[in-house]
Amino acid sequence: MKYVEEFRRRDLARILADAIAREADSGRRYRIMEFCGGHTHAIFRYGVQALMPQNVIFVHGPGCPVCVLPVGRIDQAIALVEQEDVILCTYGDMLRVPASGRRSLLKVKAEGGDVRMVWSTTDALRIARDNPDRQVVFFAIGFETTTPPTAAAIEQAAAGGVKNFSVFCNHVLTPAAIRSILEPVEAGDGEKVAIDAFLGPSHVSAIIGTRPYEAFVAAYRKPVVIAGFEPLDVMQSVLMLIRQLNGGRAEVENEYTRVVSREGNTRARALVAKVMEQRRSFEWRGLGRVPDSALQIRPEWAEFDAERRFTIPAGDASEVRGCECPHILRGVRKPTDCKLFGTACTPENPMGSCMVSSEGACAAYWSYGRLRKDSTEMSAA
Amino acid sequence: MTATPSQYTRRLDTRKGTVDMTHGSGGRAMTQLIEELFVKQLDNELLRQGNDQARFRVEAGRMVMSTDGHVISPLFFPGGDIGSLAVHGTLNDVAMSGARPLYLSTGFILEEGFPLADLERIVASMARACKETGVPVVTGDTKVVERGKGDGIFITTTGIGVVPEGVDISGDRARPGDAVLVSGAIGNHGVAIMSSRENLEFGTAIESDSAALHGLVADMVAAVPGIHCLRDPTRGGLATTLNELARQSGVGIRLCEEQIPIDGEVAAACELLGLDPLYVANEGKLICICTLQDARRLLEVMRAHPLGGRAAIIGEVVEDEYGLVQMETRFGGNRVVDWLAGEQLPRIC
Repeated sequence: MKYVEEFRRRDLARILADAIAREADSGRRYRIMEFCGGHTHAIFRYGVQALMPQNVIFVHGPGCPVCVLPVGRIDQAIALVEQEDVILCTYGDMLRVPASGRRSLLKVKAEGGDVRMVWSTTDALRIARDNPDRQVVFFAIGFETTTPPTAAAIEQAAAGGVKNFSVFCNHVLTPAAIRSILEPVEAGDGEKVAIDAFLGPSHVSAIIGTRPYEAFVAAYRKPVVIAGFEPLDVMQSVLMLIRQLNGGRAEVENEYTRVVSREGNTRARALVAKVMEQRRSFEWRGLGRVPDSALQIRPEWAEFDAERRFTIPAGDASEVRGCECPHILRGVRKPTDCKLFGTACTPENPMGSCMVSSEGACAAYWSYGRLRKDSTEMSAA
Repeated sequence: MTATPSQYTRRLDTRKGTVDMTHGSGGRAMTQLIEELFVKQLDNELLRQGNDQARFRVEAGRMVMSTDGHVISPLFFPGGDIGSLAVHGTLNDVAMSGARPLYLSTGFILEEGFPLADLERIVASMARACKETGVPVVTGDTKVVERGKGDGIFITTTGIGVVPEGVDISGDRARPGDAVLVSGAIGNHGVAIMSSRENLEFGTAIESDSAALHGLVADMVAAVPGIHCLRDPTRGGLATTLNELARQSGVGIRLCEEQIPIDGEVAAACELLGLDPLYVANEGKLICICTLQDARRLLEVMRAHPLGGRAAIIGEVVEDEYGLVQMETRFGGNRVVDWLAGEQLPRIC
């Protein structure tokens, strides 16, 4: 595969691994948070950790869209299906995420609820057109990457007069979440997140550019490298972060220059800005309420906003007892620190969101690393 | 069942007709359906006897028996349909013991309203598969369920066969030092189904690999009667099947990603959909475990067969108290290849 295999070359991996080993100062530790689950996935799938020296440690961040959605929002989506009898369309990942009372959209579907997995917002719009007598709600989730297609669907629905389509908007914003990770944990058990630097998700920056990280880096003095998702991208970015840390620098650097620019995709950003605006605050699983960290549909487009069209009960369910997702997402604890990990909580029966998506930190540990010695040393707090 | 068509006032309407409750009631409509559609298509001496069972002589030896239910959606897909799949699937399960399949039986569960034209197309496809594989359907059953109580059509098939003397193939016989072979490129069936189910168009048509493997197995067993394990990596794909074998035998398996054959289109489709081809279903491939010495001979035999042209040694059996399947990645790292949990769901970003 052109433009794929080139970034998975074993010989180049060896060269990068040697450079990292040579330049990493054996007298210190490098704790690097990969914010996005896509990076976590790549690290495990290609066995990248095995190519790192002992003192370069990946801390798995909160960045998996289904992992960060709080139980309450899924309960609300279920209420839309059960109380309003809507056709609920969403991406496949969302189906298995546990809601309150050990329910999930997959179970609601099995009980007869009309929940449909779609591959794109275009599918959801088509379903709305094909079912003019039913209300069709798109359960929108994801970071800045999946937001423009949602905005486009709303614009298309308006232009095409599709009256039975609306969006339950749960889009969240990356920079605000990264910032919140470095704030003290409010629950106050004295734990501190120890992270030296960040791998920034390149697909997010393909939309928003690198600029939104500049203020963050200046304020917190933590280096950020916008990194591609291929394993060589990850390794190259780790080398760039090590060089910044060794040189005492804290900058936003762009490894993924083949796509990402400082300004990002201005057209996509304009489209999102036209249809959506920032929420004052939004609850994240694991991070609590984070100010200015999510989007909602602008009042001008209210008729396409499921939260305005329907009466949705307040979703204030708490997390499963004993579930360490909140701490794992912050990188304060590791999956194996959780009492539920591998016993009550497994990929077949996930309790917390970190186990749901294959990109979730717990699922990744379970799949690829649970019996490896080095995995227990990863993401040490 | 030896009635002539003139017994019925009208011929079965296989152009516009649909299945209704009378087709499963045991009356004349059911008999007509059996005669004018099932027996006509699947015709053979044993079926023609018209009894509720098929009677045949068997040679002395060990018999194997296997059964499989088919509920696939969509019913027709690139490279096959539910009919051919129902034949291939069961023949393969029989063949994975090293056996020569002899006979099949089949049960149809039809939903009221199912088009007779589709039914005829499916049964014709079964008949074609039987003819190609040389294994007849010798007895069958039809039931009709009310509209909404089924999904068009479900087909179960059962097969029996005879295992040649001296052959003892079983999932618990993998031993450290053995070689792991696969008969060809993986992932085609699952990707073909998924792309037709979701209306994804990839420009090139990826076809299911659905095929009956007993011919290939016969050649393999003739050359190397001492094969340890055979299994077809269907649902859950190569990864899940290898985990089954590792657990059954109490061993670990080490794979080399570079050696696993996969078509470029399938790899690209998986890349696009966020799927791992190791977990994608196959319907015309087998995994073989045997001694390293036998592996070289088997590889020649497999590659000489049309269904084994891209056969490869993909790994080895090792001692491992945890029964892990691990893989050296193309990238030079190492990963655990675990059981598939739930359905493989597409990733969104």
